[in-house]
Amino acid sequence: MTAAAVPAAPAAAAPRRSNRGSLPGFGLSLGVTVTYLSLIVLIPLAGLVWKTASMDAGALTRAVFSTRALAAYRLSFGAALLAGGINVVFGLILAWVLVRYDFPGRALVDAAIDLPFALPTAVAGIALTTLYVEQGWIGRFLEPHGIKIAFAPAGIVIAMVFVGLPFVVRTVQPVLVDLDVHMEEVAATLGASRLHTLRRVILPAVMPAALTGFALAFARAVGEYGSVVFISGNMPGKTEIAPLLIITKLEQFDYPGATAIALVMLLASFVALFAINALQAKIRK
Amino acid sequence: MKDPRFLRWSLLAVAFLFLALFVGLPIAAVFVEAFRKGTAAYFEAIRDPETIAAIKLTLLTAVISVPANLVFGVAAAWLIAKYRFPGKKALLTLIDLPFSVSPVIAGLIFVLLLGARGIFGRFLDAHDIHIIFAVPGIVLATTFITFPFVAREVLPIMQDLGSDEEEQALTLGASGWQILFRVTLPKVRWGILYGVILCNARAMGEFGAVSVVSGHIRGQTNTIPLQVEILYNEYNLSGAFAVASILTVLALLTLLGKKLIESRIRVRA
Amino acid sequence: MNSKKRLGIAAAVLLAAAGGLAATAARQAHADGEVKLLNVSYDPTRELYQDVNQAFGQQWKQKTGQTLNISQSHGGSGKQARSVIDGLEADVVTLGLAYDIDEIAEKSGRIGKDWQKRLPDNSSPYTSTIVFVVRKGNPKGIKDWEDLTKPGVAVIAPNPKTSGGARWAYLGAWGYALQKAGGSDATAKEFVRKLYKNIPVLDSGARGSTTTFGQRGIGDVLVSWENEAYLLVNELGKDKFQIVNPSVSILAEPPVAVVDKNVDKHGTRAAAEAYLKFLYTDAGQEIAIKHHYRPRSAAVAAKHAGELPKIKLFTIDKVFGGWQKAQATHFADGGTFDQIYTPGS
Repeated sequence: MTAAAVPAAPAAAAPRRSNRGSLPGFGLSLGVTVTYLSLIVLIPLAGLVWKTASMDAGALTRAVFSTRALAAYRLSFGAALLAGGINVVFGLILAWVLVRYDFPGRALVDAAIDLPFALPTAVAGIALTTLYVEQGWIGRFLEPHGIKIAFAPAGIVIAMVFVGLPFVVRTVQPVLVDLDVHMEEVAATLGASRLHTLRRVILPAVMPAALTGFALAFARAVGEYGSVVFISGNMPGKTEIAPLLIITKLEQFDYPGATAIALVMLLASFVALFAINALQAKIRK
Repeated sequence: MKDPRFLRWSLLAVAFLFLALFVGLPIAAVFVEAFRKGTAAYFEAIRDPETIAAIKLTLLTAVISVPANLVFGVAAAWLIAKYRFPGKKALLTLIDLPFSVSPVIAGLIFVLLLGARGIFGRFLDAHDIHIIFAVPGIVLATTFITFPFVAREVLPIMQDLGSDEEEQALTLGASGWQILFRVTLPKVRWGILYGVILCNARAMGEFGAVSVVSGHIRGQTNTIPLQVEILYNEYNLSGAFAVASILTVLALLTLLGKKLIESRIRVRA
Repeated sequence: MNSKKRLGIAAAVLLAAAGGLAATAARQAHADGEVKLLNVSYDPTRELYQDVNQAFGQQWKQKTGQTLNISQSHGGSGKQARSVIDGLEADVVTLGLAYDIDEIAEKSGRIGKDWQKRLPDNSSPYTSTIVFVVRKGNPKGIKDWEDLTKPGVAVIAPNPKTSGGARWAYLGAWGYALQKAGGSDATAKEFVRKLYKNIPVLDSGARGSTTTFGQRGIGDVLVSWENEAYLLVNELGKDKFQIVNPSVSILAEPPVAVVDKNVDKHGTRAAAEAYLKFLYTDAGQEIAIKHHYRPRSAAVAAKHAGELPKIKLFTIDKVFGGWQKAQATHFADGGTFDQIYTPGS
């Protein structure tokens, strides 16, 4: 740490530091942060860019737009959108119930929400598969009706709902807590029906948070591998998710093919990330 | 202002059913399937040498990546919370990056960088350094994936609590380290603890990224999740779930820890 | 605890962990008289090598007093070969076909190019072939390769780009079509195209396909290694599956080799060479037939005559001119497989 951090007089902080902040340690914390960030994140990413540049552009383009890849994007993105939507609906309900109601087991419910976050993806994957296969706990009731969940797109959506479950709840909860209940009471005394209040007062307030949660859940679901790969069936063109396609290409040592798909997914991740940051900034305002 | 009774009961019912279906059942499935062949078989599965090796590797990985990410997380949170400088937003985005990248892509990135045909491949091979298909690769990939956890938890707390106490300490003649350890860290210790246990849970449970960079060498480069996959694919369902139950218990402990920490935070406030 | 002490402890823990990591990064082949071998194998051989490793380990200990620690890695043969090329530190490779070991020799120089002559029978201690597994009762009436191209039949087979068994199967189908009346390369290509159109999912290895067919219940017929077929029927239930032997199939010769550069670096050559020679001994051959591989030893085969059926087999040399030619024609980029396989369309 710098030796200059022993001012006897309060206002004697070095002037060149005053436009940053007067606390010592800027240099060190910046150094540690940037070094670590570079080693673990930046250099590997730069490596990706470099390696991509050295690959044949034609091969990359073909791989990005191949029929199989397009089917994989459609599946991964489509299922993630659907799962995100489901998570928004139920996430809002869960957040509402946790914030506004008092009931036995509330702490348990609150803790349970975080389980998909804490449980390893592979464990979730085999557990969900066991539940929904033909002879599974749930599957055995659905199979006779011709409803196939495991090894079908429905299973993928279910797995994605699982991994995205905490996101909407956790982004909406703080907003609901802060929401001024008086507003709703005023609306009620002014004669607004509960539904009207919901639409005009509550929903607009939580919408940015819900959207943030949706974007987080979506980003997570699109890239999810462990939870989905066991239940999905992995049939090209039908139930092959994009991350699995990347691994398949890697196993064939088709590096350009794997990288191409990875780039498309990274692009989607960046877009989602920007959306999330923008929404979060909006919430904080 | 209370919602009408009918609404309350319906919403509660929906919430409970949803959670029971998506959270309760899978957890139950893990333990039921783990003990399907009896308690003796369960312990045999856990004591299997390959499983023990997997447990050791998982622990080793966590012991390295979690403290490393802790140090970084505190440094980054301090940097962003205590100072004004341009590019904060970019920095935040970069820190959040591993969070939104698919784990498979994370693994791919390291293979492209450090694999035998990667950018540094020939250099590493010439010096007989093995990263991909060996333990260091697993640690590296895991560190990447769990990178943001501590920073993300500590930063908002540091920001919310402000720098008043630190500035006071400064005027009293405290050095930077003293301020950090005596003033700031105690203030945010619950955030740190929370970030650490989340980071740890994820580090131990990481599957996709590790699957790409590991050599799947049984007994050497298999972590617990990879071992679960191997057992599952070998039709050894009860064995797979037995090993999976280890991590499930860890997940439940993580949740318990989180609850305890939250109640501590509320007590302080 | 003051700040400096906390920092010190944290540093010590990290240092210790880093030290442990460094130790594992530099692969130790010898530790307290223990010799470590890594056997990089193809997909279906898990159970085989479990038994082999135990038996050989005992024998080696008796002979030399050294404790052997043999690790296994399993996956599609092609995929495993490329992993070894990419740096996976195998002491021995026991793969599904000779071409994959040739690749390692060619691309990485880790194996001498004369590897195949070092052990008897072209370095393949046992053989196998390709057969079919169907659901009990054979509801789709699968009798031969021809039935695999019928519309409405879902076939499960692995990916020729990564799996050895998949390539044997592909060539088996091609060879069948060639020897049909009026068969030619053109008709064979069309035959194989129809067959692969009936395949909904290509797993990366033979075991993956077995899992897809056996556990996930996908497909009507599994085209697999003979040894894998018997394993499936015995493990997952004679009441669920049955084996159908085609009229003609290909003689598959999975070879084994010591990875020269690696064993010399690790100092494990003696153990590695003895390990592979063990596969040819009576003990090794008995373990092979136990796991439904066809042993080379006539004596052992005679003892177990009737356990594996007699199938008319053709060889890759006779029909395809050897692996180099077959790989180049069919499985290299742009080969016949790439030409006929259009998934998802």
